[in-house]
Amino acid sequence: MNDLPVQTQPIAGAMPAFQGAIEPDRLRNLCETARAGNARLVALWGSDETARGGGYALHVALARPAGLLWLSVALEREQPSYPGISDIYPAADRMQRATYDLLGIVARDSPDQRKWLRHEAWPEGVFPLRKDFDIASRFARSDDHYPFVRVEGEGVHEIPVGPVHAGTIEPGHFRFSVVGEKILRLEERLGYKHKGIEKRFETMTLQEGAKLAGRVSGDSTVAYAWAWAMAVEGATGAEPTTRALVLRGILLELERIANHLGDLGYLGNDVSLSFGFFQFWRLKEDLLRLNAEHFGHRYLMDVVLPGGVARDLPRLEGDRLLERLAAIEAEVRTLRAIYDEHAGTQDRFITTGQVLPELAEKMSLTGFAARASGIRHDLRADYPVPPWQQVEVRVASDHRGDVAARVSVRFDELFESMRLVRTLVHQLPPGELRIPVAECPGGRRGIGWIEGWRGEILFALETADANRIHRAHPHDPSWQNWPLLERAVLGNIVPDFPLINKSFNLSYSGPDL
Amino acid sequence: MYRLLKQIARTGIITEPAPHADQALRQIEQRLGDVILRHFGRSLAIRHVDAGSCNGCELEIHAANGSHYNLERLGIKFVASPRHADMLLVTGPVSRNMEEALRRTYDAVPEPKLVVAIGDCGCDGGIFGENYASCGRVANVIPVDVAVPGCPPEPSAIIQGILTAVTASRT
Repeated sequence: MNDLPVQTQPIAGAMPAFQGAIEPDRLRNLCETARAGNARLVALWGSDETARGGGYALHVALARPAGLLWLSVALEREQPSYPGISDIYPAADRMQRATYDLLGIVARDSPDQRKWLRHEAWPEGVFPLRKDFDIASRFARSDDHYPFVRVEGEGVHEIPVGPVHAGTIEPGHFRFSVVGEKILRLEERLGYKHKGIEKRFETMTLQEGAKLAGRVSGDSTVAYAWAWAMAVEGATGAEPTTRALVLRGILLELERIANHLGDLGYLGNDVSLSFGFFQFWRLKEDLLRLNAEHFGHRYLMDVVLPGGVARDLPRLEGDRLLERLAAIEAEVRTLRAIYDEHAGTQDRFITTGQVLPELAEKMSLTGFAARASGIRHDLRADYPVPPWQQVEVRVASDHRGDVAARVSVRFDELFESMRLVRTLVHQLPPGELRIPVAECPGGRRGIGWIEGWRGEILFALETADANRIHRAHPHDPSWQNWPLLERAVLGNIVPDFPLINKSFNLSYSGPDL
Repeated sequence: MYRLLKQIARTGIITEPAPHADQALRQIEQRLGDVILRHFGRSLAIRHVDAGSCNGCELEIHAANGSHYNLERLGIKFVASPRHADMLLVTGPVSRNMEEALRRTYDAVPEPKLVVAIGDCGCDGGIFGENYASCGRVANVIPVDVAVPGCPPEPSAIIQGILTAVTASRT
């Protein structure tokens, strides 16, 4: 970690992570050096340190080959600010704006100073994540004016969509500027689901936090719960058994399979191949029932806990699980052949919603969507800590960056996850399911960093006295990927938007917090 | 095309029997008369509103439309506009950023209308509760006829909640 001009110390925990502190005026220079060295921006958030005698702090997490670097920048108590970095890392823009809305920390010289998470729930000048803000505060609805960027010209018109959508999906607003049917610009406005998750964490103990962590984004409950557990275990020095880690690996891959099955069904549906929806959702339902049978919950909520896991998979059950998974896998192979040879489907998939590798790299695209645009990053392979150490995750990849590529990568990852579950079930060593987690003093840090089905999920944790939480920041990969959706749709026709959108299937709840 | 048709034939019909109504889920007295219920019971148009959920309940609503549950065979379908709907199916604690959108959606549904709240959060605010950004349960914002607990409730429980809402209280 010493190729960057910053002193670092390791952060205890399962994933390789380091921390370092720098002065605000060195932030930009350091980010520029990091960017030139291909460090990826994982997250940016803030914290209130006034109760500990400081001011505020800005935190930036960067991914480097050696591991995660958690940079902290101490800021003044009065009018805290730092030089913005959204020109260096464009993905930082919305994170900076959210950090202002929640903490009043200003990103200086950043071109976009519009609000992001604050709509009408609280007024300008009030900052919910400050320590002197009471979580039970209620404000009269404030004015919610938001200046969208207008596109002007002959024949250009706007289509506003949402927050309540036509389908069964999460709420968000999309403002299309179109000419004829062609999309000239898409501007997203999110934050509708902001429900005070980060503030809520600060009212909880580390143990209570597990349940909330598993509900930051319900479709990624295993990934979030594991990231939370990993952060808590790092902070408290708990080391779960290999059996528990292997079981977590199985759970995470089952979650990946379930989500890809569901989305592959909807991708068929969105090109009028309703056959695809019914077939894939039949298989998804089979899998959800398997989950319920073996682990007690269809989506595997509350199975991963700090210290280990709540449910075991005895030998015979494991064999039965594999048998039933093999049946699903065989069906998916048939369905892939049908998708591949269906001319109408391929016609809609190919070249639609393209994100080329160069743009993907510039904008910090992450997860399977990045792998479909030629960026071969996957935490399971990049940092092969247990249980990934012995299974050698094969990273799926495609360079085309269109809907077809994202579909292809999803199929490949689904089959790879099937292989991983098989290997992990066969490897299950004996051991305790859950070890006790020690009481945690204040001032400890923990990092949870997990490759969820959508992309990398980060939990940055700082403890408070008596097992409580000073600051917990869950970071969803959708922060990085939403801005790429705005770019992917350019030049496409409006009716292809649902298809392109579904090919990414980004979370609203995760980044709205 | 041959493979596709073969797959359909091979799969066959896998739909399972529908659940029965459960009056214990009812929050308020049935407001609708028998004649209306008879019509709703055969053709019910639902508008789903996610008012701030974690997206877990949405997954189960999707599943209810799959072949195992086959919601449409009961004459129940999801529509794209509240103006076409008889019922709102609402998930989540209602975030304050969605409060106004939910109210407006409710107002846009023509009378007579029904509301079913889905999930622990819809029932009582769930783990998020009430705070500066969350209004808590759906009934804090719009009238709720039936509330279905669960985190998330399984598809059959969701269907049961919907059927309860269109069944007379007195049986």
